[in-house]
Amino acid sequence: MNQSTTISPNDSKRRWGYARVSVVSLSLIALAVASLALRRVMIAKEWDSNDTWTVATAALAAMACALPGVFLVMRRQSMMGDALAHTTLPGIVVAFLIAHAMQQAGWISSATYDSWRHAAMFFGALVIGVVSAILTEWVQKLGRVEASAALGVVFTTLFAVGLLLIRLKADQVHIDPDCVLYGIIETTVMDTIPNADVPRAAVVNGLVLLANLLLVAIFFKELRISAFDPAISTAMGINAQAMHYALMAVTAATLVSAFESVGSILVIAMLIAPAATAHLLTDRLDHLIAISLTVAALSAFMGHLMAITLPAMVFTPLGYPEVVDTNTAGMMAVAAGGLFVVAALFGPRYGVVSKAIDQARLTQSIIAEDILGLLYRLEEESGTAALAINQLTAMIGGRTWPTYFAVRGLASSGDVATRGNNCELSDSGREKAKRLVRAHRLWESYMAKHFDLPADHLHETAALVEHFLGAELREELAAELEDTAEDPHGRLIPPEQG
Amino acid sequence: MNSVPTRIGFALVVVAVWFGNPSGAAAEPPHDTHPSRATARSLSRDRLEWPSWDDVTRTLLLRDYNTRIVAIGTTMLGVAAGIVGVFTLLRRRSLLGDVISHSTLPGIAIAFLVMEAIEPGGGKWLPGLLIGAWLAGLAGIVCTKLILRFTRIKEDAALAIVLSVFFGAGMALFKVVQDIPSGSQAGLNHFILGKTASMVLADVWIIAEVSLAIVVIIGLLYKEFTLLSFDDKFAASQGWPIFRLDLLLMLLVAGVTVIGLQSVGLLLVVAMLITPAAAARFWSDRLGRTTLIAALLGGSGAFCGVLISAMFPRLAAGPVIVLTGVCFFLVSMSFGVRRGVVVRVAMHRQLKAAVGRQHILRALFEFLEPQCNPTAPMSAQLVNHIVSASDLQPMRSWTPKRLRRLLRVAERSDFIAAVRAGGYRLTTRGAELAHRVVRNHRLWELYLIEYADIAPSHVDRDADDIEHLLAPDIVESLEQLLSQRYPHMTVPPSPHAIDATSELTT
Repeated sequence: MNQSTTISPNDSKRRWGYARVSVVSLSLIALAVASLALRRVMIAKEWDSNDTWTVATAALAAMACALPGVFLVMRRQSMMGDALAHTTLPGIVVAFLIAHAMQQAGWISSATYDSWRHAAMFFGALVIGVVSAILTEWVQKLGRVEASAALGVVFTTLFAVGLLLIRLKADQVHIDPDCVLYGIIETTVMDTIPNADVPRAAVVNGLVLLANLLLVAIFFKELRISAFDPAISTAMGINAQAMHYALMAVTAATLVSAFESVGSILVIAMLIAPAATAHLLTDRLDHLIAISLTVAALSAFMGHLMAITLPAMVFTPLGYPEVVDTNTAGMMAVAAGGLFVVAALFGPRYGVVSKAIDQARLTQSIIAEDILGLLYRLEEESGTAALAINQLTAMIGGRTWPTYFAVRGLASSGDVATRGNNCELSDSGREKAKRLVRAHRLWESYMAKHFDLPADHLHETAALVEHFLGAELREELAAELEDTAEDPHGRLIPPEQG
Repeated sequence: MNSVPTRIGFALVVVAVWFGNPSGAAAEPPHDTHPSRATARSLSRDRLEWPSWDDVTRTLLLRDYNTRIVAIGTTMLGVAAGIVGVFTLLRRRSLLGDVISHSTLPGIAIAFLVMEAIEPGGGKWLPGLLIGAWLAGLAGIVCTKLILRFTRIKEDAALAIVLSVFFGAGMALFKVVQDIPSGSQAGLNHFILGKTASMVLADVWIIAEVSLAIVVIIGLLYKEFTLLSFDDKFAASQGWPIFRLDLLLMLLVAGVTVIGLQSVGLLLVVAMLITPAAAARFWSDRLGRTTLIAALLGGSGAFCGVLISAMFPRLAAGPVIVLTGVCFFLVSMSFGVRRGVVVRVAMHRQLKAAVGRQHILRALFEFLEPQCNPTAPMSAQLVNHIVSASDLQPMRSWTPKRLRRLLRVAERSDFIAAVRAGGYRLTTRGAELAHRVVRNHRLWELYLIEYADIAPSHVDRDADDIEHLLAPDIVESLEQLLSQRYPHMTVPPSPHAIDATSELTT
């Protein structure tokens, strides 16, 4: 459990919970605006309908991939997605070959060639997804090879077979290995469906996205249970193994339909990065799906923007005016990675920066409370207490500057009055200090009563716990203890009020 | 060109030619059974062009200068990859090699651009490109570690993200390189899928130097890496610098990846790290031997792959090398003497046979037990009685068919002798063995009752599971522990009633 989000005095959990959605969307929008502005600055190339269709196709492909990706990430099988991205290669090639052979044999006309090829690829992918999963399991169980090594052996083998097939058949069937591996979305969008100005790839990806959404909607419960606890899902009558194979088949089919847009290697980015980014921002599966779809679409958009603006911006000053744009698919992966980094740094609850800020804030508030408690105890002993910052630092421990900032914070909230170099408690500060010391001494009494600890072992623990004892807990402690006049050291426990 | 590593590399080349030639020729499998070939043929109508006999001999005897160069370089790569792969496999980091290899892509492009900026036209300098690749591979590892350290993302997703994002950045940069006038002919694309044909002597030297360095480092730090692979927590508690050793291992993996870029390409180099190491595990349980076998498998796999692709020009070397390695893997998985499937199946069958034998002997003993005097030597008394199959039927919950088969096997191995139709008598040998089996069983039961605090009605089943595995020294210690209980008996009495109902397993 995150310490700062439990019972910290700031109650940061509620605040962050409120702000979460807004912070996430704001940071995402800010990024999109930034890249738009980038384009405004660098109008190297007019935005035309091709750009729009490129983004649309890429976004649909990315979103279609993100859906199975969520479940792969949740099941900790992301590398299975990587493996599938490689193993679909022989499937794609064989589908090409079958469609070509059918055309040669005169079974299908060249007009329907593409749709036949797509159907063949789709079913080939379903098969090869399950085959890769089964082969991996087979090597793993039969050979007792470690899981990741088994995966490595299987996917490199199938990928090598695919590469050999491409080389062997290169003159017979036109498959450009570069096109299969890296995807050339810029030319894919030129290939439109008949009678309409819509790229075929956009239609295919859109249909796959719809199918995946439908599958997720229908099997949401089953997917959720089998992702989080395969044992329970089996006990409830949902075959986790079958779910695994089904997920592999669907993933492979999605990858195959997306490969034309983003290439069979870069689909991994679209598969895993959005889901992982979403995982940094939320804990709920439905939110996770929604955020990963958003991130997927956004990385497609940003990727294309970056692809047409960034290279010229970087390389023209370096003396390469020939460099105008770059590969959209590659930049999509980079954009997805960028969004992941942003989420990892600034995610409201789990972000590195947010956690550091929370931590620093908690540390500061504890130092401030320690100062109040210290001044109160000194007043208790000698009537008045006024200390300089370096004296406070020496007595509390730690460095000077956190104490300095804590004192400044206390002074601005009116809890501490500064007189020259020295600071002393104000009335409101004294009230707060009283409650703190009360919490401290109540806890000491409670421990002495129930934990059977010697008197010299009580202070350290109480000094930690005092910052986390709210009014309710103090009341409960007081009710639990019969005698709340004095603590085990014989010092007075200040009353809650007055 | 006269530096010490260069000379050592050259020496290695000479040695490799000397050794590689005969061993390579011997290890060459018959061509028409090669699976890559079979696959290719089954999936296509047209045929590969068969090499002429002259071509085959030319290739096998390494008469071609070009083949020789490529074969030497790739074999050394295979050896180094096999050795490093064993340690990554044991550390369960096999797929980290995949991440490193994909991450090298942007490094190659950036190195090209930087070198081009320093000296126009100098971007193709191979060592520079490889250093760039190496650094990018390391950056990939560092990113993975950072993600694991600072976020809640699990290892699998961290690997996949780093791999794909670096690869995407590489693709984008490659397009940029191609747009630069001098970049379009740089042939950087060869690093992705490998192109052995473009390998020249200078490249082989680089491979030789790096492989040698890797092998020497592994050799020098063998003990440390062993400790790291098997129990890194223990090693850490002993004060070994685990983090630095781990990093060094990653450096070596990145080194293998980088020298593999040219021959198999970055998409497949991970196979050279995983497959030989995984295959070697089937042959030995000892790390030293496993490492040697992995080096051998990696080297010979690469060597054979190069020769095959040299004979069939249409088969690209990279995939063929990988598939040759996979053939070695499949052979190892089937026939490996330590963990191979065949050996394990045979051992399982042996154990099953032993269990069946012991069951029948114990049934015979326990049937005859009431008719014997327990304080006199049992073996001599046992051989005097005749038992029929129907007598034994109620002793255990076995089917009549299984009982008949077990009796037949026991008769064949001379533990019992058939005296009349359906009647059997224990032979002296059988009686002694039965005596020992029952004694083990009872000792174990007593031990379970005495020390494991198991109810007498439940011990039979537990003892049934374990008795077949009792080693003589365990029996001895049990005897010592329990001898005072039954000082005069060679077989202690059964602690429970003997019939099929008391026994829960078949």
